Amino acid sequence: MFNPDERQRPRLAVVKFASCDGCQLSILNLEEDLLALGRTLDIAYFPEASSDMRPGPYDIALVEGSITTAEDAHRILALRQQTKVLITIGACATAGGIQALRNWADVESFKRAVYPSPEYIQSLSTSTPISEHVHVDFELWGCPIDKGQLLRVITDLVVGVQPRLPADSVCLECKRRGNVCVLVAKGLPCLGPVTRTGCGAICPGMGRDCYGCFGPSEGARKGPGLPPNTTSLAGHFHSDLQLIPIEVMRRFRGINGAVSPFRAESDIWEKKP
Amino acid sequence: MIFPPCTRRGEFVLWRDYLLENERRFVADDIHKILPVAHLQRLLDALSAKGYRIVGPTVHDGSVVWETIRVVADLPIGWRDHQEPARYRLEQTRSSEIFGVVHGPQSLKPFAFAPRESLLQIERTKDGFATHQMAAQPEKVAVIGARACDLAGLAIQDRIFLKDAYRDPYYAVRREGLFVIAVNCTRALSTCFCASMETGPRAKAGFDLALTEVDDRLLIDVGSEAGRQVLEGISLFPASEELIGEGATSIDACARSQVRRLDRARLPQALYDVHEHPRWDDVAGRCLACTNCTMVCPTCFCHTIEETPDLSHQQTARARLWDSCFTQEHGYIHGKNIRPTIKDRYRMWLTHKLASWIDQFGMSGCVGCGRCITWCPVGIDLTEELSVLLASSNRSSVAGRPVEGR
Ligand code: SF4
Ligand code: SF4
Ligand code: SF4
Ligand code: SF4
Ligand code: SF4
Repeated sequence: MFNPDERQRPRLAVVKFASCDGCQLSILNLEEDLLALGRTLDIAYFPEASSDMRPGPYDIALVEGSITTAEDAHRILALRQQTKVLITIGACATAGGIQALRNWADVESFKRAVYPSPEYIQSLSTSTPISEHVHVDFELWGCPIDKGQLLRVITDLVVGVQPRLPADSVCLECKRRGNVCVLVAKGLPCLGPVTRTGCGAICPGMGRDCYGCFGPSEGARKGPGLPPNTTSLAGHFHSDLQLIPIEVMRRFRGINGAVSPFRAESDIWEKKP
Repeated sequence: MIFPPCTRRGEFVLWRDYLLENERRFVADDIHKILPVAHLQRLLDALSAKGYRIVGPTVHDGSVVWETIRVVADLPIGWRDHQEPARYRLEQTRSSEIFGVVHGPQSLKPFAFAPRESLLQIERTKDGFATHQMAAQPEKVAVIGARACDLAGLAIQDRIFLKDAYRDPYYAVRREGLFVIAVNCTRALSTCFCASMETGPRAKAGFDLALTEVDDRLLIDVGSEAGRQVLEGISLFPASEELIGEGATSIDACARSQVRRLDRARLPQALYDVHEHPRWDDVAGRCLACTNCTMVCPTCFCHTIEETPDLSHQQTARARLWDSCFTQEHGYIHGKNIRPTIKDRYRMWLTHKLASWIDQFGMSGCVGCGRCITWCPVGIDLTEELSVLLASSNRSSVAGRPVEGR
């Protein structure tokens, strides 16, 4: 994608929208690899790391956060125009994030409840992923992202091969790691079977259930594959693991609740008595 | 290692024949001896003295997993497992039973066919590149507590990874160091059907030592020269006919108590005949394509290759990882996915496991351990699926007949 022998190093921008900065911190947490990244790329814009902020155009833009204000909706259009390869990083940018829970609620009432002068708050009534506003080249899931996966995608782009982002279930990696399944052995409502791999199955590795922070496995948005079979898993949560409908609804309406397969499943369970 | 001969399509080499063949080799001068449970530590010490790292089942996160052990107390003493579709629970019975847990999610598979195996390290050089083959360090590992189905699974993996020109050096080096102490099953789980697959519950071949726990005594069978050597220097007691009989009776009772069975009589053809059966749609509605059944299966051998280059593009590491026919990429050929739907994938899995495996390797790909039933998050049971699929083909082999009576 980029000629590695080019004298000019590819220019990188890391841009924030509505988010908690956790994914940007994952970049800073790359430690030694961060130095290698700095040697390979020209980090032209990364306010979280450096006050040296240079304007575009950029070869790669890593976008954190969702679109929640009218101003941001314009800012992302401008960034897209200056960027060759736009990569969303994390659940907020890729799926709308936890703040997309507002999509089911009345934002005006939140404003009145939280702020003494709600008239100063300018906010859209929804939180939407970047892909609803501009074309996105690659999407990294996770809350936060897996720093190894980020490094891998950048490495692939620099070397000039198509980045490979597996859409397998978390279970595959969970079993490779030799974890005991928390769903089967403890009856916890683990979302691993319908969640995308990438994290290394860290939650089941710590004895807790996956809450789907990497979003739906294959077919969530791009590429081949079908949406995961959330219907079967949700039914099992209810009939065998004894979750009541509102609990099933909340399992699917979390960090990635606004993504279609999870959203549709949560809407179904919201309507059940 | 002896392998069942490959047969013409449709012929089925019974495990019994394969096992009998091996039995003649190993059990010819087999001596039933007794090791009191109180002396089991002596066996562990003898293994350590011979340089083995000892691995046994240990209680972990509500099940058992293989871990390095040193003392008998590391084993799941007094614990029992209860398994049913999508459910695994341990119970502490307060008994002194050592091998009361039948099995956890892992078979012997990960010991030789590693879930993640480094294959190559490739480095850029001045005039090209250099390739270094990675190999696991040879290690002597003694696994205590393997079951008959695990041994049968390992024999199938040996058939796949070690035969002739297809000998896999990575598998071979791990397999070489493996010493297996089997435990004969005297209690079946509700998910077990090894009796109908003729792979258990008695370990007949492929072990170095086999134990039968009868109250506070362990009946020992010797299965190999290495096994005999480990026992040298441990004082064993002769077993009475009565005790040998008692052990055999409990193993037989275990076989008879199995509530699941798999009807292999008309395989593989019967399964090919129902390729368009509506039951495939039914199971596709339940299956999550999560891969758990293939991960826990002692015989599944699919793997993928992963290349990890470094950012400076000076080197790349190549590794082999467990893969599954339930992933989307597994069905991907140039420009097309030949198994896009869950229905395609479940059908692929069951048909390979129970039918085309016979054509491919001359034996069934299922040893009846029941793990795929327990560890399926939604409890899909292959014995039930098969019986429904074949029930209607009993009456007619016309594909696509609706399922009755469910
Ligand atoms: S613990 Fe969760 S992720 Fe792991 S195998 Fe079970 S269901 Fe899948
Ligand atoms: S296990 Fe699930 S919730 Fe936990 S980090 Fe991974 S994807 Fe996120
Ligand atoms: S198919 Fe299921 S029962 Fe048969 S060997 Fe594999 S895991 Fe065991
Ligand atoms: S059943 Fe699937 S995963 Fe297992 S060996 Fe066959 S194709 Fe591979
Ligand atoms: S049969 Fe069960 S374990 Fe296997 S892929 Fe389907 S849901 Fe997962």
